[in-house]
Amino acid sequence: MSGTYLGMPAFPQAAKAATRDTRLRANLRHATHTIRDKRARAVGELDDWAVLREAGKRIKDRTLRHLDTYLLQLEEHVTAAGGTVHWAADAAEANRIVADLVQATGETEVVKVKSMATQEIGLNEALAAEGITAYETDLAELIVQLGDDLPSHILVPAIHRNRGEIRDIFAEKMARWGRPAPEGLTDRPADLAEAARLHLREKFLRAKVGVSGANFMIAETGTLVVVESEGNGRMCLTLPETLISVVGIEKVLPTWQDLEVFLQLLPRSSTAERMNPYTTMWTGTSEGDGPRDFHLVLLDNGRTDTLADEVGRQVLRCIRCSACLNVCPVYERAGGHAYGSPYPGPIGAVLTPQLRGTTSAVDASLPFASSLCGACYEVCPVAIDIPEVLVHLREQVAGQPGHRAERAAMQAATWLFEHPAALAAAERAASATRALHPRRLPLGPAKAWTETRDLPQLPAESFRSWWQHHHTEPPTPPEPTS
Amino acid sequence: MSSRDAILARIRAAVADAPEPPPVTRDYRTAHVDDDHAAVVDLLAENLADYRARVHRCTEAELPALLARLLTDHGSRSVAVPPGLPTAWLAAAEGAEQHLDDPEQPLTARQLDAIDSVVTGCRIAIAETGTLVLDAGPGQGRRALTLVPDHHVCVVGSADQVVASLPQAVPLLDATRPLTWISGPSATSDIELDRVEGVHGPRTLEVVLVG
Ligand code: SF4
Repeated sequence: MSGTYLGMPAFPQAAKAATRDTRLRANLRHATHTIRDKRARAVGELDDWAVLREAGKRIKDRTLRHLDTYLLQLEEHVTAAGGTVHWAADAAEANRIVADLVQATGETEVVKVKSMATQEIGLNEALAAEGITAYETDLAELIVQLGDDLPSHILVPAIHRNRGEIRDIFAEKMARWGRPAPEGLTDRPADLAEAARLHLREKFLRAKVGVSGANFMIAETGTLVVVESEGNGRMCLTLPETLISVVGIEKVLPTWQDLEVFLQLLPRSSTAERMNPYTTMWTGTSEGDGPRDFHLVLLDNGRTDTLADEVGRQVLRCIRCSACLNVCPVYERAGGHAYGSPYPGPIGAVLTPQLRGTTSAVDASLPFASSLCGACYEVCPVAIDIPEVLVHLREQVAGQPGHRAERAAMQAATWLFEHPAALAAAERAASATRALHPRRLPLGPAKAWTETRDLPQLPAESFRSWWQHHHTEPPTPPEPTS
Repeated sequence: MSSRDAILARIRAAVADAPEPPPVTRDYRTAHVDDDHAAVVDLLAENLADYRARVHRCTEAELPALLARLLTDHGSRSVAVPPGLPTAWLAAAEGAEQHLDDPEQPLTARQLDAIDSVVTGCRIAIAETGTLVLDAGPGQGRRALTLVPDHHVCVVGSADQVVASLPQAVPLLDATRPLTWISGPSATSDIELDRVEGVHGPRTLEVVLVG
């Protein structure tokens, strides 16, 4: 695997390989359970969580309804503050713009802070084809890049690697990319972090061009916001002379005040912290502080198609917190790579088929990579009804002519039936909640919900009954993985 | 058609038939703690410490001696000084060579990399999240100053710089200034989700609450 998801097998084959890998499964299980419990505690500290969630949802819905207005406002304010705004209809155009901007500086290296958007468009590969090396600087991305691997989790991309594997990757590969790992490197996390600090510092100090994404963009001020933990983001956003940020058009928020909502929702949902260690906010360029040149590349790449879908458009509210991954019984067993895109887990299952369409086997199978248990909806800080979108996308795939999509769907379903634990856990959760019908929960951490909102609208049918409605035949066994 | 026009046209077509969404509600809490300033400052100290910042408290008069001691204890031989830092603050710090970051001749990233510590003030601090916010104003310096040296000492005025919550903090901040929000030293959980303090930003963050 060398940094591309193209040609990935459909979900069931990839998932099958992952479920056979016991070490991968153990890593994933440990990681997702740890963060899941921490998140519940961090969210439990705020007794108005349900109200914040509703505010976050409404702010996003409003933004999406008037996205053209807010993007124009954003463009006006970024430009007035000394930045340059570019618009990219698709991945190829975004990659072209970035490559041209880098080439105009005369540099052949860029430092990068982790960004889903740049992974989505395959920016590193596109830059490499132009002779430009992009250095990933997030610790997990560094592990992935040095290991010639693919990320498997939005927030913890190297969640599938344990400390021993990371030590080996560093000891073996760092020298090829720059400063070698220290002699006698151990597998203590602190030593591994120190090795990364030394390896990357050299790159930060000499970097002339930084590339980033952004978590939020504020229309009324032109401010971009990047939330991070390690300080590599601050390095990339502050030290280079030129900064290029590639950001999906749905990341805009109308007002500065909206940050008081999203900076409460995001850190607690993602890293389960009250606040992440570092947040950088910048507006255009500032005399004597940070990059002299700032370019914002606004990326469509399928987002306007998603926006046009009445049911599917809610997915554009996503703030990429990854809470839905950590509670998903299917993700836990299948691993992130099975989803065949930078967006794994429940969010990937609803976002990727909308951004890319459902013509390939893997994308057609994604909406079926779920048992519709609804756990993702419950933790989602912007209340995206992922089960609803999954059912909607299944209908679309089922309505497509030809057998490929149907076959992929069957195979994903078969995978689920072969993993009764994934399915059963899900169905238990779903039916247990459904049993409490009048849609109000009395006790525990869910108490805050009762004051302000109804319980999630669970899909009317569980996975099994959905299958029975739509298929007369029992699922056929999947093809052997090659 | 330019991509700009094409994207805008696609957006307009996509939402043309969409209903107007419900109005934005802001009935969330403006704070999750009681309006008791001493308790808010205590909460700030507690939350900073919880995320591994070292917290100290002193009076205005004690500040120079405390700062001098923190630099000595850290073994710092050099300290970066932002323009506008009150001169009294570092008056007792004789052991560390002071490098003023002169806007006419700013310290380079490599120079900063060779400096042991940096002492700054801040714009405000947020108790509920244990966050310091710097806005590059006087006594805070440009963003690189608090990033490259490995030891950051940040002075917070307890009486007038501490707010309880995000909804109290956000309206006080000026979006046109470069802002850095700091909640504990740099950290990663990328290795088996074990939290490790100190990756690329300062590995030691000390916060002095004054007054
Ligand atoms: S869908 Fe919701 S829970 Fe999942 S990553 Fe997006 S915002 Fe987070």
